[in-house]
Amino acid sequence: MEIIQIKKLTKRFPMGKGEFTALKEIDLTFTKGEFAGLIGPSGSGKTTLLNIVGSLDVPTEGEVLVLGKSIGNLNQKDAAQLRKESLGFIFQSYNLLQVHTVYENVEFPLLLLKKSASERRKMVMDALEWVGLTDKEKSKPPQLSGGECQRVAVARAMVKKPSVVLADEPTANLDAKNSHNILKTMLNLNRELNTTFIFATHDEKVISYLRRKIFLLDGQVEKDVIVENPKS
Amino acid sequence: MKLAIKLAYRNLIGAGLRTWLNVIVLSFSFVVIIWMRGVMLGWDHQAKNDMISFEIGGGQYWHEQYDPLDPFSLNESNAKVPDEFSELIKSGDLEPILIVQGTIYPLGRMQSVMVKGINPNQTILKIPTSKLDTVVNAIPAVIGGMTAQSSKLSIGDYVTLRWRDINGTFDAAELVIVDVFYSNVPSAEAGQIYIDIEKLREMMIMPESATIFTFRNSEADWIEVEGWRQKSFKELTKQVDNMIKTKTAGQSVFYFILLLLAMLGIFDTQVLSIFRRQKEIGTYVALGYTRKQVVGLFTVEGTMNSILAAIVGAIYGIPFLAWQANHGFTLPIDASQFGMAMSQTLFPVYSIGLIFTTILIVMITTAVVSYIPSRKIAKMNPTEALRGKLQ
Ligand SMILES: Nc1ncnc2c1ncn2[C@@H]1O[C@H](COP(=O)(O)OP(=O)(O)OP(=O)(O)O)[C@@H](O)[C@H]1O
Ligand SMILES: [Mg+2]
Repeated sequence: MEIIQIKKLTKRFPMGKGEFTALKEIDLTFTKGEFAGLIGPSGSGKTTLLNIVGSLDVPTEGEVLVLGKSIGNLNQKDAAQLRKESLGFIFQSYNLLQVHTVYENVEFPLLLLKKSASERRKMVMDALEWVGLTDKEKSKPPQLSGGECQRVAVARAMVKKPSVVLADEPTANLDAKNSHNILKTMLNLNRELNTTFIFATHDEKVISYLRRKIFLLDGQVEKDVIVENPKS
Repeated sequence: MKLAIKLAYRNLIGAGLRTWLNVIVLSFSFVVIIWMRGVMLGWDHQAKNDMISFEIGGGQYWHEQYDPLDPFSLNESNAKVPDEFSELIKSGDLEPILIVQGTIYPLGRMQSVMVKGINPNQTILKIPTSKLDTVVNAIPAVIGGMTAQSSKLSIGDYVTLRWRDINGTFDAAELVIVDVFYSNVPSAEAGQIYIDIEKLREMMIMPESATIFTFRNSEADWIEVEGWRQKSFKELTKQVDNMIKTKTAGQSVFYFILLLLAMLGIFDTQVLSIFRRQKEIGTYVALGYTRKQVVGLFTVEGTMNSILAAIVGAIYGIPFLAWQANHGFTLPIDASQFGMAMSQTLFPVYSIGLIFTTILIVMITTAVVSYIPSRKIAKMNPTEALRGKLQ
């Protein structure tokens, strides 16, 4: 089942007097349950592509369909709705709410979805268990290590069991051990919940877990390969 | 809305010390604004009360010729006490006052004054007339603080008074100052000398005459008496009320400047916090918040700040304001030196309306000043907010 369809996507940014083309006629399709990664050097357009798929930005040309919705034609409210219900973001810099506790950070997406208190409690505790942070629920991000922060970010992205998780360099601030832990966690969730994962990375550790590698260069897809025997 | 309140509460409580600093500063401006307004209101109240107790009493009868602004017609502005008043005068509910023109010569300088004859036993006005009963070798006189200052006279000083009696003959006598009173009422003090009414009638050869009569009770029954005009309590205090009104206009400017300063403080912290919190705003958007909800959250947060400030302000403000109302606020400078009708100690008066409008205005403005900068941020592209691009 195709949940993301990208057709002839071009993204240009205004730059000085002219324009800068960050993405050039990209054609890609993702199906449910993929564990895929956008790989490429800095400036190749990985973040730009993830942002558009995440409806945080819009295409200049072409069409991007996420769960049947055309990103270019969504109004603010519908875009917010899509992010709220179906998408999970994991950022390189975690972007946790600093003054909220771990529990509250993970609970946040559920508040937006208007889940009942008991439902929220159960789902948050489940998510914290996936990432092994049940004992830190009352801590605040400044008291956590980088690896723990990233695990909170994963829990926050996963707690509502979204269809798609978009992870932009999720291991950039982590050491090898933490990176592998996080990746194993995500792989488990991918298997258990059939969640689609799309990474943007140039980290070898991440790349070794991917079941599909999409190589970007200068805003174009250079190679798109399926990996037969990824690390697991 | 419920969600915004919940999250705003988490943000405020989570921010801990920073929130409390904000709240304390804001609460301080609440208390200071209310206190300042209270002092000003108290000043007005005091001015009016003093004017009543030193000059107006419960209302007056004026001789039809009497015009307090025309000293040259003073000597013609009196008449015999009408029979209709004798009952009231006997019971002490109405006091006659005879007012004539005179000149004093303190330290050889000439100063024209209004000489007011008043019953030494009267208890309607707060003027210390009982001192006029003192037996001395000159005519006992009482003056107000303003006259004492302008003529450099103090208790025990002698001064020559010259006057023209009913026949137009000049005469002079020695006065001795037996008391100086302070009233905050310029019209009861400036250029006026109080002596025993019987003595003045004798000096002027105007037996049983009076210029005005002052009631004790403002609810007294008025009777029509030919040749005498009724000056009701309301009419006489209207002037003070008008003065207070114009003064209030001036004070409102002051009040709004104070409010504006408080607002600037909030605006500043809000702008700062919002610019510092761009990434957080980007995160809200990425997690599914609409721009409108982001603006709502920040507006609720700002408003909650001012509600907390009102609560904290009440905790220390109510005892402080009550203590001030009871003990008064003593001016660090002597206001009478500037010729202002102002007592040294002012007792602030707070009206419920004042307190509520202040709190309401502060809350509405906090909401507005929280709304404006957050709208600017919410307008930016979420990808840029996430990168913290706006500087
Ligand atoms: N808002 C923008 N305005 C102008 N140019 C932009 C904007 N966003 C991205 N770009 C440009 O588009 C190109 C691709 O950027 P992008 O962030 O997608 O790269 P990336 O592959 O994620 O790189 P990195 O690995 O460094 O994160 C870059 O050259 C960048 O300068
Ligand atoms: Mg990037």
